[in-house]
Amino acid sequence: MFGLDSKDSKLLLIVAVLALAAPFILNPFPAGSELAQFNAGYPDLMQRFVIFGIFAIGFNILFGLTGYLSFGHAAFLGVGSYSAVWMFKLLSMNVIPAIILSVIVAGLFSLLIGYVSLRRSGIYFSILTLAFAQMSFNLAYSVLTPITNGETGLQLTLDDPRVLGQTATADGSIPVTNLFGLEMRSTYELVLGAWNFQFNAGYYLSAVIMLASFYMAIRIFRSPFGLMLRAVKTNQTRLNYTGMNSRPYTLAAFVVSGMYAGLAGGLMASMDPLAGAERMQWTASGEVVLMTILGGAGTLLGPVLGAGFIKYFENIFSKINDNVLHGWFAFLPDGMEDLLVTIVHPFVGKGWHLTLGLLFMMVVIFLPGGLIEGGQRLGKLLRRKSAKQDDEDANKSASTAAE
Amino acid sequence: MGILEVKGVGKNFGGLKALSDVNLSVQENTVHAIIGPNGAGKSTLLNCLVGKLIPDTGSVMFNNQSVLGRKPHEINQMGISRVFQTPEIFGDLTVLENVLIPCFAKRDGAFRLHAFEGVRREKELMDKAMQMLEDVNMADKRHMHSASMSRGDKRRLEMAMCLVQEPKLLLLDEPTAGMARADTNNTIDLLKEIKEKRDITMAIIEHDMHVVFSLAERITVLAQGTPLVEDTPENIKGHPKVREAYLGEAH
Repeated sequence: MFGLDSKDSKLLLIVAVLALAAPFILNPFPAGSELAQFNAGYPDLMQRFVIFGIFAIGFNILFGLTGYLSFGHAAFLGVGSYSAVWMFKLLSMNVIPAIILSVIVAGLFSLLIGYVSLRRSGIYFSILTLAFAQMSFNLAYSVLTPITNGETGLQLTLDDPRVLGQTATADGSIPVTNLFGLEMRSTYELVLGAWNFQFNAGYYLSAVIMLASFYMAIRIFRSPFGLMLRAVKTNQTRLNYTGMNSRPYTLAAFVVSGMYAGLAGGLMASMDPLAGAERMQWTASGEVVLMTILGGAGTLLGPVLGAGFIKYFENIFSKINDNVLHGWFAFLPDGMEDLLVTIVHPFVGKGWHLTLGLLFMMVVIFLPGGLIEGGQRLGKLLRRKSAKQDDEDANKSASTAAE
Repeated sequence: MGILEVKGVGKNFGGLKALSDVNLSVQENTVHAIIGPNGAGKSTLLNCLVGKLIPDTGSVMFNNQSVLGRKPHEINQMGISRVFQTPEIFGDLTVLENVLIPCFAKRDGAFRLHAFEGVRREKELMDKAMQMLEDVNMADKRHMHSASMSRGDKRRLEMAMCLVQEPKLLLLDEPTAGMARADTNNTIDLLKEIKEKRDITMAIIEHDMHVVFSLAERITVLAQGTPLVEDTPENIKGHPKVREAYLGEAH
């Protein structure tokens, strides 16, 4: 399918089905029930899943393949967001030109940063990218206020020109982002009994773009270019003495992953047309590193999985407060209830970082290949068990036959 | 004129004279060994040939083109391949992928952005790499993770990676260093086989006399950064200067 072998086609198909059916899959609990707060099938969060998925897929092309750990990728995401918002301010509210511009600008920006940073490797490369990103963040916060609107963040206003669109709608409000008229915020709700499924235009646009990004990533992984990037990771000396110049390969990987980050930033702004400097901060860069490692660096599916995991934790675990906990443990005697709530309290609500941190540590220590490795080990274990079962069954039937 | 002409090469590290006035001429289709005791400057000389070091004085011409100031990948593209003292291979990749990479380097040059083509579709290069693996008896190991192989196999793979590029000159830096006798003999056989099957020029830096005298057609003896003598193996064996360099001056 599309020039992929059967295994990769299957993978792409699985991701496609999961992405397109996400409003169902992420909403397993009926609305109004105790467990409804674990539902993640609302547009805002689903958009974040796929957008950060794109970000992590791109980051993985650099980090997973070449092993160059960039700590500044949020800068490209931020640049993408700013470009998109400027497009909404100046041109029109259509998301296509905004996304295209954000990819181009992020690409140019990463070309510049990559060109300088890739003169060093290892920890020095990481520090250089971190320095550049923090520099961009601080510039966006202060000196570049005319472009970035500083602390307030870049927003749409009623007197933006929007030369191809309209400055304001007929009722005098700011127009909304759209894809040739289809509003990004428009949501179709399907009520099935107690369930309430939401199909959001913005989510589906993001999901389709995520699928295209995922497909491109598969092609890159399987291409000679991808092979050279993996060669850079395992032995750069040998690669150079084999007649390959590793610098342009790493730079190309850096720019491609920067463009993925710009795409994610542009999409973010398309869903919600504002951009702030905090998107470029180092914590945001660190987050995509966590996503990639948690899911499994160097694997195709890992980064998407990691992005989903972290965003789910951030949005769902953080909402569990003491009231909810008391509700859960209400069936216990009072003393026990309070005790359990006290024990669980640091791990949920505002303490969700603790749970995530522990999970991350466990993954790094026990599953260096990330969640994907966990899945693979589980699969192997099950297969071995079922093979054993088959053997035993065969023996049993043989012995019964002998009797 | 040899395929490789080294003239008056000198290299200092601080106050240490690592090489001084080295002249060397490697003729096409011969095996030329460079021997010498520890610290004679053998590795420094080799590093000057592949672009890792730039000599302070002198010239290094390969096929009438200077290699000085060129980067390792450029020198490789000119037709010089190199085998390292400890095998340098792509440990995380499979054996077949290891051999495919030099095939791509040979066909596409130092850089080409072929991001959408699919490695498996490169039928021609796949066949070439497989043929090479057949030649070194590693075809059945093609899907093996190359880091998990024995040292002898890694050496064999590294040779295959160099040979598949059909280099005009193959440089070998102590190809049997740290090997058991049996592995050493295997390597000698492999090199002999390569020599018979292909028109190839080899320059070997070596410590082990057994290896040198089994393979070389010309030998240069290096001591304290300068060449002592250059001659055929027969003449070198009994040469008094060589004995002196290896065993120390007689008092």
